[in-house]
Amino acid sequence: MKFLKFLLVGVVFGIILVKSEAVSWYRIYEMFRFESFHMYGIIGTAIATGVILLLITKKFKFKNIEGGLMSVPDKEKGFTRYILGGTLFGLGWALSGACPGPMYILVGTGVFTMLIVILAAILGTYVYGVLKDKLPH
Amino acid sequence: MEYILQPWPWYVSGPLLAMIMFTLIYFGKTFGMSSNLRTFCAIAGAGRKTAFFDFDWKSQKWNLVVVLGAVIGGFIAHFLLSNPVDIDLNPVTVESLSQLGFENAGKSLLPAELFSWDAAFSLKGLSTLIIGGFLVGFGTRYAGGCTSGHAITGLSNLQLPSLIAVVGFFLGGLIMIHLLFPLIFG
Repeated sequence: MKFLKFLLVGVVFGIILVKSEAVSWYRIYEMFRFESFHMYGIIGTAIATGVILLLITKKFKFKNIEGGLMSVPDKEKGFTRYILGGTLFGLGWALSGACPGPMYILVGTGVFTMLIVILAAILGTYVYGVLKDKLPH
Repeated sequence: MEYILQPWPWYVSGPLLAMIMFTLIYFGKTFGMSSNLRTFCAIAGAGRKTAFFDFDWKSQKWNLVVVLGAVIGGFIAHFLLSNPVDIDLNPVTVESLSQLGFENAGKSLLPAELFSWDAAFSLKGLSTLIIGGFLVGFGTRYAGGCTSGHAITGLSNLQLPSLIAVVGFFLGGLIMIHLLFPLIFG
């Protein structure tokens, strides 16, 4: 039962990303060519709403379901890993048209070749884990 | 109901995505989809040889359940909650795709030229899917997050590292579409 709420969050997440067309390879291509406002509108309003929600959360010290303060862990400081890792991800995102949420959602829409992308992504994560200590961070 | 069956506008979808992030934080978790790739490595036993995967993956089960839900959500949205309509792409985008050999742009969610089984069984098609996926998996873990963890959660929390990562996302995307696509598909 305790997992049911997470299942529901996932279902709603999947529905939003399909209905918004954010899972579409074409929308990602269009975004990187600056030929539509659509994706910028989605990401922009998501961040704007998120900023307001988190500011209110901190100001009024909202509690989470476990009784602790609702909070988002800070990201470690740094530059190299974020710009290099981000760029590598961006290359893959534009090529495959899918980031790590949509790749699962698209399997649900019946695109089973996406399983190849998912397996390759798991392999990519594995290779990162193996090389981690040799990479600049 | 008609409004639900049509594609949802950005000003509805964006705030709803923020609610997904907020709900997960309310549940004492965070919004981060790429972490699941690391969990899959741990489940497969990668932790025996590599310290990065040596963690208690059972603590991440909740996120795998989110993934399962996302697959179900994709099914529901696509097969039960959608009237078949074309994606309303910019005609300039459609024309540029046609020059790269992509026909029927916007008639489905993804181009058959990349995601049909015929394409996936060609050397070029298979390499495209594998290289694309590999870069997503490697890059997100290197950067410590993807669109959900950095772009939505991190920027909402005004984190500088997330801003740097998102600049990287766009740098990579722009290089791929503007410099590499003409070489790969031209």
